[in-house]
Amino acid sequence: MSDKVLMKGNEAIAEAAIIAGCRHYFGYPITPQTEVAAYMAKRMPKIGGTFLQAESEIAAINMVYGVASTGKRVMTSSSSPGISLKGEGLSYLAGADLPSLVINVQRGGPGLGGIQPSQSDYFQATKGAAHGDFHMLVLAPSSVQEMADLTVKGFDLADKYRMTAMVLADGTMGQMMEPVSLDYEIGEPIEKPWATTGTKMERPHNIVNSLFLEPDVLEKSNFERYERYSYIEENECMYEEYMMDDAEICVTAFGIAARVSKNAINEARKKGIKVGLIRPITLWPFPKAPYKKAADKVKEIISVELSMGQMIEDVRLASECKVPVTLCNRVGGMIPTPEQVLEAIEKAAKGGNK
Amino acid sequence: MSYDYKRITLLSGHYGSGKTNIAVNMAFDMKKKSQNVTIADLDIVNPYFRTKDSQKELQDAGIKLICSEYANTNVDIPALPQDMYSVIDDKSQMAVIDIGGDDRGALALGRYSKGIVEENDYDMLLVINCFRPLTRDAKDTLAVMHEIENAGKIKFTGIVNNSNLGEETTAEDVLGSLKYASEISEITGLPVVATCVKEELFDELFEKIENLFALKLQKKII
Repeated sequence: MSDKVLMKGNEAIAEAAIIAGCRHYFGYPITPQTEVAAYMAKRMPKIGGTFLQAESEIAAINMVYGVASTGKRVMTSSSSPGISLKGEGLSYLAGADLPSLVINVQRGGPGLGGIQPSQSDYFQATKGAAHGDFHMLVLAPSSVQEMADLTVKGFDLADKYRMTAMVLADGTMGQMMEPVSLDYEIGEPIEKPWATTGTKMERPHNIVNSLFLEPDVLEKSNFERYERYSYIEENECMYEEYMMDDAEICVTAFGIAARVSKNAINEARKKGIKVGLIRPITLWPFPKAPYKKAADKVKEIISVELSMGQMIEDVRLASECKVPVTLCNRVGGMIPTPEQVLEAIEKAAKGGNK
Repeated sequence: MSYDYKRITLLSGHYGSGKTNIAVNMAFDMKKKSQNVTIADLDIVNPYFRTKDSQKELQDAGIKLICSEYANTNVDIPALPQDMYSVIDDKSQMAVIDIGGDDRGALALGRYSKGIVEENDYDMLLVINCFRPLTRDAKDTLAVMHEIENAGKIKFTGIVNNSNLGEETTAEDVLGSLKYASEISEITGLPVVATCVKEELFDELFEKIENLFALKLQKKII
């Protein structure tokens, strides 16, 4: 009998977080991520952890700030409108160099939008979660297994770089069920000498804070943070290439859009069209290298997105505008079909999408 | 399936155990034996995967679908279908009722259970899957079962073993789950009325498992 379990994406995130040592979860229900909270509510009391349904998303993210200050692994989860509410807290976490894990199971927007899947928080996640100069590590799963894997990875990266890691999923990823293996080797937690754990009168006070009274000191902290970001951009990019070796057309997509695209690519290959896929797994840092390489040999890059075209800007920059980059999309909770993507591929093969 | 359906078949169980898929398959199976078949979606928990996803297939087969008019829209509120009472009052029809997951889902059933119990021509089936992380063993599954009975104000009368790993399910996985199902059956005294398998496994397991029920996957997502 298999040792895998059949899980929803949202449940896989929750269980993986527990395996990774997270014992503190703060959240507020919102479709389509509510199962993360529901699962935590069932499991945390049984293992001596804390599940707390806060009075709002804003309260939840500030509770995350509090626990992160003590060096413990902590997470919150929400969906698009709820993540917007958490924005202020995300900036404070960055300003105080605190590690945390934040899950965004995206739904259609803007505004209250809808409850069906979307990828239209790409800009928010990778560029503008809130005020000030900062980044989050952004991880984009495209299977239930990756929902779990990237949750574990997210905690590791967050601790290593003292940053917020965000798992940027969408409604389908959260709701779909697939078999998952949760066999992880979790190492010893890394030392956090900065954490506010009590001085025991043996060391000076640790202070966790994002307020700087002197502008030159604040400038220095920004410069130092961006040196760390540069190192991350050099070392932590993750992506998958699918059938790119002989590709003349490149499709690029992440998350659910990448699954749809793979089906379309398989169909196009049957018709003799040489097409491949670049799937970024980290959205920040954005993996520029495969696009730079592709731009020298493909005639068009098609960005498949559940948005009005957000990742496409990074794709254009990474491919240095050497080849046309076109958009194939659905929005508002709708998902592109493999047929729609196949049509875009066929047009590219015949001379190009407009 | 050789199983004799009562007038009303209620499907309940842990969240994600496969109730909706089984409900739709049972409605088609019922339709082979009865003229007047209704499927009712009482799920107030899951806004994503609904009986309504099979609306066209059900319509084509002449099966009546009763579900919230807000199913598959962005109206994210737990709403019950207004014509639900017709299932209980109109005794000329056979019906499958798909109940939402866990005790929260079964709460909606509590509104209707009095009439169902009084008529006393129903089966309340517990759908179980040992590959779901919170119902991996008999003890945890029984805890969910009791929560549902308390919320829905109705007792279970049978068990449907739907242990599966989605498309990856092997014959060994299904055979391995029989012990789990029979343990729950022994403790509760409830019969295992069916073991569900995806169609591809049916021929291989037909002679090895009693009351085997082949399932067509109702909704496949990319």
